[in-house]
Order: sequence, then C-alpha cells, then structure tokens
Amino acid sequence: MMSPLKISNMQNIFVLLLALVLAGCASTAQDPVDDEVVEPPAEVVDTAPEPVPPPQEFEAFDPDLNPYVPGTNQLLPRTFYFEFDRAVVGPDDLASLEMHATVLRNNRDRSLVIEGHCDERGTREYNLALGERRADAIRSYLTSAGVSPRQIETVSYGEERPEDPGHGEASWARNRRAVMIYR
Amino acid sequence: MSIPSVSFTLVGLIALQLAIAPLARAAESLDTIIIDAGYDKQTSIAIVPFSQGPEFDGLQPLSEIVEFDLARSGQFAPTARDNMLSFPSKREDVFFRDWRVLGVEYLVIGRTGIDAAGKLRVDYHLFDVLNEREMLVDTVSTSRSKWRDAAHHVADKVFESVTGVQGAFSTRILYVLAQNVSTPSEQFSLQIADSDGQRSETLFTSREPMLSASWAPDGKSVVYVSFETGKQSIVLQNLETGSRQLITNFSGINGSPMLSPDGRRLAMVLSKDGNPEIYVMDLADRSLRRVTRHHAIDTEPSWTEDGRHLIFTSDRGGRPQIYKVELASNFVERLTFEGSYNASATLLPDGEHLVYVHRRNGVDHVAWQDLARDDVRVLTQTSLDESPSVAPNGTMLIYATQVEGRGILAVVSIDGRVKYRLPSSAGDVREPAWSPFIETL
Repeated sequence: MMSPLKISNMQNIFVLLLALVLAGCASTAQDPVDDEVVEPPAEVVDTAPEPVPPPQEFEAFDPDLNPYVPGTNQLLPRTFYFEFDRAVVGPDDLASLEMHATVLRNNRDRSLVIEGHCDERGTREYNLALGERRADAIRSYLTSAGVSPRQIETVSYGEERPEDPGHGEASWARNRRAVMIYR
Repeated sequence: MSIPSVSFTLVGLIALQLAIAPLARAAESLDTIIIDAGYDKQTSIAIVPFSQGPEFDGLQPLSEIVEFDLARSGQFAPTARDNMLSFPSKREDVFFRDWRVLGVEYLVIGRTGIDAAGKLRVDYHLFDVLNEREMLVDTVSTSRSKWRDAAHHVADKVFESVTGVQGAFSTRILYVLAQNVSTPSEQFSLQIADSDGQRSETLFTSREPMLSASWAPDGKSVVYVSFETGKQSIVLQNLETGSRQLITNFSGINGSPMLSPDGRRLAMVLSKDGNPEIYVMDLADRSLRRVTRHHAIDTEPSWTEDGRHLIFTSDRGGRPQIYKVELASNFVERLTFEGSYNASATLLPDGEHLVYVHRRNGVDHVAWQDLARDDVRVLTQTSLDESPSVAPNGTMLIYATQVEGRGILAVVSIDGRVKYRLPSSAGDVREPAWSPFIETL
C-alpha cells in the first residue's frame, strides 16, 4: 500500500523526528552526563564552556518564505497526503504539523494558504468539497494547536490541479494532498 | 438578512476586476466523431447529394452534414452514394423503384441556390419510399456563416418526421479544454461547439481552472466556476456580447451553478458558512436562500422541470448518494440506494428518469435509473466517467471520460445502445454541457 513517495515522505519525517530527538538530547542529556562526572578535571574547568550556537544563526523561514524545522536549516514538509476518499490527517504527519504550528505561533505576522486536492476519481464538484475537507483538516489541527484562524486561508482545487498528471494508483496517491503555501 | 446586501456589494466591487472576454473566436474544433455503436435494426435512409452551384464552393456539402447527423443518432443507416441508381434533386425526378430495390425506407433530396435577397437557399423533400408519399417539403434561407446550422436544421426536421421525436442536431455543447496540464504553461479554456463538435469557439481562457459549465434555459448565456481570482467564483457570461458578470466570490466553495427552468434563480454550492451547502440565489436582487443544513457534503444541485425541487448529491448517509429536496418545505428524500458512490445527477426531460455517475467495482460509470421502479442500468463501459448532460430531446447524453489517459467527450443514448466519441487533438476535454433547444438560423 505504501507508494515510493509515501516512503520518502516518511523518511523525511523520520529525519525530522531524529532532529527533534537530537535537539531534545542537546538540552536535557547534559545533566545526567554531568552527574556522572564526579570530579571534573581542572583543565576542563579552565577551558571556556562550549559555546551554545546563537539562536539567530537559524532563520525561521527560507528566502521563499518556507519555514524551517525550528532550530535547523532543514525545511519543514509542506505537503500532506491522504487516503482515498478520506480527509483525515495521517498519524505520521502530526509531528511536522506540530512544528508548523510552533512556527506560526512564534510568527503571528505570517500567514499561509492551505490548498486541498483530490485524485481524479469521483465527480469534480464532489472533489471540490472533499479537497476543502482536507484543507480544513489541516487547518483544524493548526488552530487547535494555537495558530490564529486569521493566519490561515484555505482553497480547494478538487481534482483540477494534479501534482502528477498520470492515471494510476501511484499518481492518485500523489494527488490526494493538502499543500501549505506560506506568504 | 444581511447576506444579500453583502453579496450584492461584493459583486459590484469585483465585477470591475473581471477580465472581459473577447467575443467568441474560432478555436481548434473537436476531432471528427468516432461512432462506436448503433442500433441493430436501423432505419435505411438515402440522402441524395444536393445540387450545389459554384457559389457554394468552400462549403462542406450540406447533404454530408445531414447524413452524418443522422448516422451518429444510431437510428439511421444512410445509403452509400456509390449504391445510388439516380441522383434526383426535384420531386418529379424521383423514381421510387430505384430506392425500393436498395431497401431504402426514406429518401431525402434537395437543391441549393441563391434567393432574391442574396441569401443561400435550400429546398428539400423527405419521402416515404414504401408508401410513395412525400412526408416533408421545406425551404431554409440562411447566410454563408450559418451553412452548418442550415444542415443541422434539415437533419432535425427529417429526424422528427421519421421518429416523431424533436431533433437535437442544431444544439450546441459547452466544454472545458485543458492544455499542458500539470506544466507551467497549463491553460484552461471554455469552448462552445456544434453538437457534432465542429465549429468550436473559445468563450474564455485562463491559467486557472474552470469547471461546471451549464446553460441558461434560453441558451443565451452560460454560467460556470472559475478560479481566475485565485479562488473559486461563479461567473455568468452572455454569449452574444461576451460580457462576464461575477455572481459570487465568497470564501470557500463557490460551485455547481445551475439556472432554474425559468432562468430567474441560480442554484449553487457555497461553503461560506463552514460547510458545503446548497443555496438558491434570486438573480433579480441577488438574495440568497440556504436550502440544505447538514454537516455532510451537499453539492451538485440540478432542477426539476417545475422549478420546485432540486436533485443533489450528499454524503449525509455516510457515502455520496442522490437526494431530492422540495424548496417550499425543505423536505429531503433519498433517491439512490444501489452502490457506494452516486453523484452528479440530472433528471431526463420526462421527469421520471435520472442519470448520474455511479461507481461499480471501483470504476465510475454513467447510470440510468427509473425512479418509479428503482431500476438501475449502467450505460457506459468506459472509466472515470463524469459530468453527464442530457440532450434537450432526452434521447442522448454527453459525458466526460478517459481513453488512453486522455480526457475526451463521449455520447451514449439513454438506452445505452448508441455510442460515439468526440476526442480533441488540442488537449484534454471535459465538463460537457448540452444546450437547450436554441434558434440557430
């Protein structure tokens, strides 16, 4: 059931999660390590403490206004895929949506458009409604995570703007999506 | 009721920004029709080439257009010209035995000329060969630019005289042509063409998608959904002047515009209140009335002939099915029960049968349903079938489908027996809408 694209998407998320875990380790793991060091050697005390990278080294957004994973220079994924005829956010996407919410909470002047899209099966008007449900599902997640509704607009393109113009399962999986356009 | 005034202001403001469409211009026509199936027993008809003088040079022979119209109806088998024993163009030149020996049941003859006013003139006759009886004699005067209209008119008259059903060859079709899909040069255009796909003209072109085109009942304007403002809006376009009027541009869905049989009201789908619901706008004062009130998707309204009900799609039962709502009472009744996906329904002119998109074994087809007996028949064997639109005489419907990965238009008779295709070499064609009966001459 996993298309190659889905796998690469999951790989992205895995990398992100890893980045998050490492980021977490950076701040919390020092204490237990320090505890184990009963008597720090004198020379260690003499050297200056390892400089913490200044936070301004990492921008929140790239030049195209796309958000980075907070504290990194890696872009957050902005496309989220859906099951056939469904408008439920996948569990694999929750971590990156949470990071989008963090970015938007920390940057109240930024806004985005969420586009909802469908595969070509089903009627065009029904798919406009289904695409809107997909965009709304992402919006609901963000607003419940504290993003202001004023920061979010949605537009459904239904099946009118396929990412992949092909006509098979693999193409359809790529086309059932919500896309975040920051501005 | 603040909504009407808000929408009115909105319309006033944004109408200025709408691009004016130039008057319709010629575009690539659809390719020649490919006939796939007709009736087993067809009526044999001979259309004798009409005598056509040098002043008609450059025009397609009228009898050819008539012959092809009748052939694509699936009900007629035209006699090949090579088999004809004589080529009469006047009543006195007809010898019925020449046609009886060929098994011809009906005979059409005619001649063309220039009348006193300088117009092109066509005189034609229809004969019942077995009974040696003249059934029809008629004259058409027209201009050079309406030559094909004259031919379709002759085909309509012959069809009606023989079958008793009003012909619909003079009608037109609207459709959307999508080119360079999913590339930076993607382009959408709304097209109008003869019912045989010829003589197409572009009504509006945009880099943004267009869909859900439908006709005003008088055939003089069309309404459709356009994304040209960056989001959905409903646009009404006058076919004579090309002027375009923005009807709605609310946030969210502005979809499925469908004019009432009296042309005064516009049914549509809006999600401005948070969920796709069906509304009816009174075009005189732009006031909106909300018809459905349900957290499910409600979409694709179409009118009953009396203008008192709407047929629509809703997934309020968990899956998309067809419902009917009475506007006076908002009473909702479910119409389809077979299958897990039924959508985009429209009533036949008799009001007793429904056609819609029906998913069977995961594949979308067009189906027909007898409302009184709940009898459902699948009419099409293609896949990804959508947007069925019925000819005004109720004999055929046009729909969009895909063949070898390409969006094409296709026509099927209401009994599923006659089939033909209208592909386009210019790109993907979709969202067909068959016009009402219109005056073309």
